Amino acid sequence: MIDWSAGAAAEQIGDLFWTMTTLGAVIFVIFCIALAYALLHRRRPQDPATPERDRKGTRLILWLGAVVPALILVPLFIWTVQTLAALDPRSQRPDLVVDLVGKQWWWEIRYRDSVPGNVFVTANELHIPVGQRVELRLTATDVIHSFWVPELHGKTDLIPGRENVTWIQADRPGVYTGRCAEYCGMQHANMGLLVIAQTPEEFRAWTAGQRRTAAEPRDSLTAKGREAFLGSACALCHQVRGTPAGGYLGPDLTHVASRRTLASALLPNTPGHLGGWIGNPQALKPGSRMPRVPMSREEFSLIHRYLQTLE
Amino acid sequence: MATTAERPSVSAEQKEGFERAWSQPTGFLGMLQTIDNIPIAQRYLATSFGFFLLGGLLAALMRIQLGTPDNTFLDAETYNQIFTMHGTTMMFLFVIPFIEALATYLLPLMLGTRDLPFPRLTALSYWTYLFGGLLIYSSFLFGLAPDGGWFAYVPLTNKQWSPGLNLDFWDIALSVAEIAAMGAAAEIIVSVLRTRSPGMSINRIPVFGWAMLVTAFMIIFGFTPLIVGTAMLELDRKGLTSFFVPENGGDPLLWQHLFWVFGHPEVYIMFLPAVGILTHVVQVFARRPVVSYTLVVLAIIATGFLSFGLWAHHMYATGISPMALGYFAAASTVIAIPTGVQVVGWVATLWVGRPLWRTPLLFGISGLVIFVLGGITGVMVASPPFDFQAHDSYFVVAHLHYVLIGGTVFPLFAGLYYWLPKITGRMMDEQIGLWSAVVMFIGFNLAFFPMHISGLLGMPRRVYTYPTEAGFDTYNLLSSIGAFLFAGGVLLSLFNFFRSLRAGRPAGDNPWNADSLEWSNSSPPPNAQYPRIPVVRDRHPLWDEHWRQERMRPEETPARTAEAQEDVEQMAYWPTRWRGALVVSVTEGRPLAVVHMPRRSFAPFIMSVGFLVLFAALIVDQTTFMAVGAGIIAVALIMWFWPQDTETAAMEEMYGPEPKELPLAQAGPAANGFWGTCVFLLIMATALTTIVAGYFYLGGNVALDLVGSPAEPIERPAIAVGLLALGMIPVVAGIRAIGRRRLGLLRLGVTAALLLAALHLWLLIATWLGSGLSPSSDAQHSAFVGVAGFHAVLSVILLVMTAVATIWAWLRPADGRGHAAAWNAALVYGFAIVSGVIVFGVLYLVPRFG
Repeated sequence: MIDWSAGAAAEQIGDLFWTMTTLGAVIFVIFCIALAYALLHRRRPQDPATPERDRKGTRLILWLGAVVPALILVPLFIWTVQTLAALDPRSQRPDLVVDLVGKQWWWEIRYRDSVPGNVFVTANELHIPVGQRVELRLTATDVIHSFWVPELHGKTDLIPGRENVTWIQADRPGVYTGRCAEYCGMQHANMGLLVIAQTPEEFRAWTAGQRRTAAEPRDSLTAKGREAFLGSACALCHQVRGTPAGGYLGPDLTHVASRRTLASALLPNTPGHLGGWIGNPQALKPGSRMPRVPMSREEFSLIHRYLQTLE
Repeated sequence: MATTAERPSVSAEQKEGFERAWSQPTGFLGMLQTIDNIPIAQRYLATSFGFFLLGGLLAALMRIQLGTPDNTFLDAETYNQIFTMHGTTMMFLFVIPFIEALATYLLPLMLGTRDLPFPRLTALSYWTYLFGGLLIYSSFLFGLAPDGGWFAYVPLTNKQWSPGLNLDFWDIALSVAEIAAMGAAAEIIVSVLRTRSPGMSINRIPVFGWAMLVTAFMIIFGFTPLIVGTAMLELDRKGLTSFFVPENGGDPLLWQHLFWVFGHPEVYIMFLPAVGILTHVVQVFARRPVVSYTLVVLAIIATGFLSFGLWAHHMYATGISPMALGYFAAASTVIAIPTGVQVVGWVATLWVGRPLWRTPLLFGISGLVIFVLGGITGVMVASPPFDFQAHDSYFVVAHLHYVLIGGTVFPLFAGLYYWLPKITGRMMDEQIGLWSAVVMFIGFNLAFFPMHISGLLGMPRRVYTYPTEAGFDTYNLLSSIGAFLFAGGVLLSLFNFFRSLRAGRPAGDNPWNADSLEWSNSSPPPNAQYPRIPVVRDRHPLWDEHWRQERMRPEETPARTAEAQEDVEQMAYWPTRWRGALVVSVTEGRPLAVVHMPRRSFAPFIMSVGFLVLFAALIVDQTTFMAVGAGIIAVALIMWFWPQDTETAAMEEMYGPEPKELPLAQAGPAANGFWGTCVFLLIMATALTTIVAGYFYLGGNVALDLVGSPAEPIERPAIAVGLLALGMIPVVAGIRAIGRRRLGLLRLGVTAALLLAALHLWLLIATWLGSGLSPSSDAQHSAFVGVAGFHAVLSVILLVMTAVATIWAWLRPADGRGHAAAWNAALVYGFAIVSGVIVFGVLYLVPRFG
């Protein structure tokens, strides 16, 4: 069932939600009982519609239709404003700032750092340290997308030409599924991302790994794979840090093998799926910006092998 | 005014003449010429119900696709087209046209008049709507159905990200349908305000009339920003401007503001007519007047106003400031109160009444229960923190269908079961109706209740599939089953309708013993509707005091019949050589004058064909065909304004030797045309406001360096606006000359005004063309061109109208028809001056001194 307990933001929204739902359910039941009684109760034979009765009726309607709802709505509104203030991304200093760029149909993730050399870019997998407030700076380069990880927080849109800010905080380690919530074209349905909340130690280790340039090939076959990769169309759109491949249209592949999923959380990152994805992305995600690149069987298996070593 | 006893008899000859005047043209060509509200409304109802079934079919396809995870029944491209067209169809091609069709049929009957004030506009609305609908659906034939969602957010819908013609179909074909909606709105406003029975003062207008009046104003204020927005989007797509292109300084959020300033009132545009219908159904079947007419009407008006202050609650997640979030949350919460008043009012009426279980009431109650649940979730999503979760998830899909199906579709069905006997003359079957209501109610809840949960579990809207790991399977399967059950219920009612045409019990005049005027007429009503124009003395003209006090079963005590009505003596089976109707004063309903109504015309049909050709050519960029379309429209306009024989007959009779108690209103504030022009100006004023707001939203005076800079002289535009303002002197002089019959002065006045207006436009255009604007690559310049372009278009309209008035003044200075043209031109002239001053201030003064 609905579980919004993993993070501070979602928890506060959850409290508001459950209160409103309960209140709403009570009001709905009272309404239904009143309606049923109005329709079914026994009537006195003479019950004329006199002006005086109408005046009384008007007063009753004003009480039940306007005053009582107002008495319920005003406290709810105050709570709403308080929650809004608590959710305001600028209300507290973040522990970590991450840029999130929405693209058709994947997420580019950039970890900021005061040391320029420590900035790194990854895709579709947002790692965060447990218990820390992570500020997300959201923008987009093509159309509007929306970042939504229900277990952690509600949505914020990623809008080209603007920068939006939100924050998330996970209180326990785990993998939380997020999805694009703003219709963004053909593959809107397959624009997922994973938020992986780790202990601070694990997170530090992961960041250290991500900052490194791509692993050097350990054997000749992999080296040939790298050559094939660099010589193919792949390198025009993808970056592999530490190699001449510096494309920026597609996700950064420097540590692609370390990610859990492919194609924006569409496929688990297994050798089989990786092969299928390189071989014919249009079959798995029709309309994807990644074209089917014609390559020989040999080239294919070399590139396939090379990518698997990019941990 | 005479009652039955003293009513003078009318000769058979006169009756025959009267009926001939109101007869409908026959045959195929006659069908294209018909402008009477009843046949047009029937076509309108049938067409819009057809679109409802089409929209439902699209929904069924979606529910098949989503019934199981990872389904491949539809591919992503098709699914996106289908959900776009489902929303577009239901919003633009079903609900709005359907309620307008119902109003087109019922308002004259309910208000006690013979037709709507602008019969040719009725026909024009219908044909443009039909052609617009067909045009947008024709995109399926080319596999180019719109796929940007019914909200068409930029930049996704910009040329760069949607290069196909799909969005051009959406933009342009929809504009055709919107012209229809605006036409019908103008019609409804003037109808409710001016063409009622004598004695129907403003506090006796049936609630449906009030609801439609407020709705029509909302259509004017809501659709205009949408039309402005879609025009801007289309100009962007054609590469002429860049209002919404972020790379050129445009702003995608501007589109969202323009769209939702239409889109949210739209919800209430659909709901308020339902409030009208429900009130009628509740009071007729509770067998007592609604407990507080005043409160219900005030709540309708309050809802209308409030609905324009809360559009941004569709944009909570766009990163608007916490301050704005708080304001829009408050406004969105407050609107629950007038709605609460209405709901409690209905329950109270049922409580003190003696409810009679009939299908209309059953549909009404089912709708009410569903709507209240949708209202509760509505208050929930009005709270921004919760909306951050619910927004764009299936929770909102559930919420909006609860509101729209409960608040609109069920009440519309209630209205159909209630009024179809009047329209067809036959009763629908109660048993089938009952089953239909029950199946629809169960199916609806089964389909949409689980969506609340799947949404909160994380299912976003507008996804063509979902993986099984996501855990949405069960809820979606239930939704799909429910959707088909709901469809079954709808089909039952459809069957009931066709069955009733053949086998239904004859309805008689007033099968429900209802209170409002339409039930005094025969079922179906004659084309002239009221050969004798009734006089109204009560809010419930067919319920007398006795009936209300005794509370007998309506079957036992007949309501008041037509014979018991008083009527207007002069109008009894008169006029006979032309079509005449009555106009009354707005508040008291005092009879003011007789107006001439056109009888038949090809012009509306031809003009709609012109629109179709023009707009289809716009979609595919065919300049030749655009010219052909514009040519057809011009021909139709000439036909429209060409003198009609019957109008000459009316002038002969009314200005003849026999004096009449009520004069003929041709020009000036008594005439319908004057009020129609006022509505047109309201539309233009809304458009101007929208465009100026857009100008400032895009940064407005950043264009300082270009047009506001000291180097760029402001003398020429200042002189231009001054010349236009100067033109008001001859305009006023000319109009005053009409009353004093100094026709030479009228001639001079309109001619001088024409020359001044022309000079003003020429000066402005010359200035703007020399300003070095490049709207295609700069949003600031686009904004400038938007404001300037509006004034230029308005000025062209003004020139044409003034030219027509001038031609009449020189050819036939004594003719009342020419005076109408002069009056209308004068109104537009006055507005053009206001527009000129605003445009000058915005474009030239604000950048300098602001």
